[in-house]
Amino acid sequence: MSSSAPLTPTVNIYDAAAANRVRTVVLIVLFMAIVAAIAYVFGEYLAPGGGVALLPFAFAFSIGSSLVSYFAGDKLVLAQSQAKPLAEGEEKQLRNVVETLAIGLGIPTPAIYVIEDPAPNAFATGRDPKHASIAVTRGLLDKMDRTELEGVIAHELSHVGNRDIRVMLLVTVLVGTIALLSDGMLRSMFWGGGRRDRDRGSGGSLLFVVAIVLAILTPVIATLIQLAVSRQREYLADASGALLTRYPPGLASALKKIAADTEPLRVANKATASLYIANPLHDHNAFMDNLFNTHPPIQERIRRLEAMD
Amino acid sequence: MELIVVAVIVVVLVVFVIGGFNRLVTLRQRVKEAWSDIDVQLKRRHDLIPNLVETVKGYAAHERSTFEAVTNARAAAVAAGATASPQDRAQAENALSSTLRSLFAVAENYPQLQAVQEFKDLSENLTATEDKIAFARRFYNGNVRDYNTALMTFPTNLFASLLGFKAEQYFELADAADKELPQVKFS
Repeated sequence: MSSSAPLTPTVNIYDAAAANRVRTVVLIVLFMAIVAAIAYVFGEYLAPGGGVALLPFAFAFSIGSSLVSYFAGDKLVLAQSQAKPLAEGEEKQLRNVVETLAIGLGIPTPAIYVIEDPAPNAFATGRDPKHASIAVTRGLLDKMDRTELEGVIAHELSHVGNRDIRVMLLVTVLVGTIALLSDGMLRSMFWGGGRRDRDRGSGGSLLFVVAIVLAILTPVIATLIQLAVSRQREYLADASGALLTRYPPGLASALKKIAADTEPLRVANKATASLYIANPLHDHNAFMDNLFNTHPPIQERIRRLEAMD
Repeated sequence: MELIVVAVIVVVLVVFVIGGFNRLVTLRQRVKEAWSDIDVQLKRRHDLIPNLVETVKGYAAHERSTFEAVTNARAAAVAAGATASPQDRAQAENALSSTLRSLFAVAENYPQLQAVQEFKDLSENLTATEDKIAFARRFYNGNVRDYNTALMTFPTNLFASLLGFKAEQYFELADAADKELPQVKFS
């Protein structure tokens, strides 16, 4: 899904940010629709008219699990990444950069965390700018100069300012919800489907096929959408970060350094990978890159940044 | 029938005006918040300067005219901060910046001073504050731009001035070179 029309050099970063925002919204709406579709088809399959009855349940379920991640998700992610809060007076340059750029975005300074790991990377999380955290690795502090650090921090703060951080936490949960729902649907059809099918005749069997196909396909589609959403967000944050620093080469150069670094980030895992500024796992192969990577190809991001002015 | 048409038109107009009014209030509020960001950083700068002057004085006591210029410019900037418009304030801050430039030029001539930790800390803090002022200014001006644009575009411009909305001033620092003034290099 390279819905990402390449940014021509004539597109300025305001337009790039606006266009990416629209794409992101479209993808998220699509995502919600899939949850509803699963519930509806499954409901109809169980009993005619049951689809509508299941809808509120489906929404309540996804909203309920969303709430958990909304209020506790950031703490979990930070703990899992072994991020330690930055003590007052330490890493003055980092603190200055974060404070300064936060002022430029008009958001409160987020809590700053450091991950003791030599792989250069960073992520932001939280539910809104007032409850936001930004975490950088030791490797990032060691390997980046000031303009590069500013580029990375601006990218992360854009996630905060754009309210991406909330979406990132919620989308992860929504994907999990879809997987759970379709899994449950598949199981119940496997055990109870045949009998119902005989009772209801051919109309039921058509529905049965549709339901089976949906149950198998939706987790795959949902995952693809999650990845596409997160890739769009990376482009968007690159664009808004560059808008904030007014210096796209800073982030471009930082991404080059991160791309050149082959060390995987020890504390990252599949669930948290999409939060980082660049894929921390280094486990992808070129063939699957486009569909199954949480991040856009880093070379493409660098190219887009270099095309901005 | 005519009555209904008139009523619909009136309702549509009222909705337009209410929507426009609320939007303007939101945007104006953002301008005010952004301005307070600048204000905080300017005050911080004003607070740092007396200590800086004292520190430099300890090593370069006879550069009296430079110190006086900085002190006076600071007093003027503080006074402007209490009352003046963004434009006047920017002017006072620009004057202060140029006196700071001379102060740092003076400090360059005293190698012992460059080695003093307090001086290093103060210049570092001042540089960081300058950066923050630059970014706060950018954020403020962006908000002023959005507000002024909303104010001047159709149909909001038809009723904005009747409801007492006025265009806000940008906060302009003289030029790019001036903004970089107090950058101190230790080498």
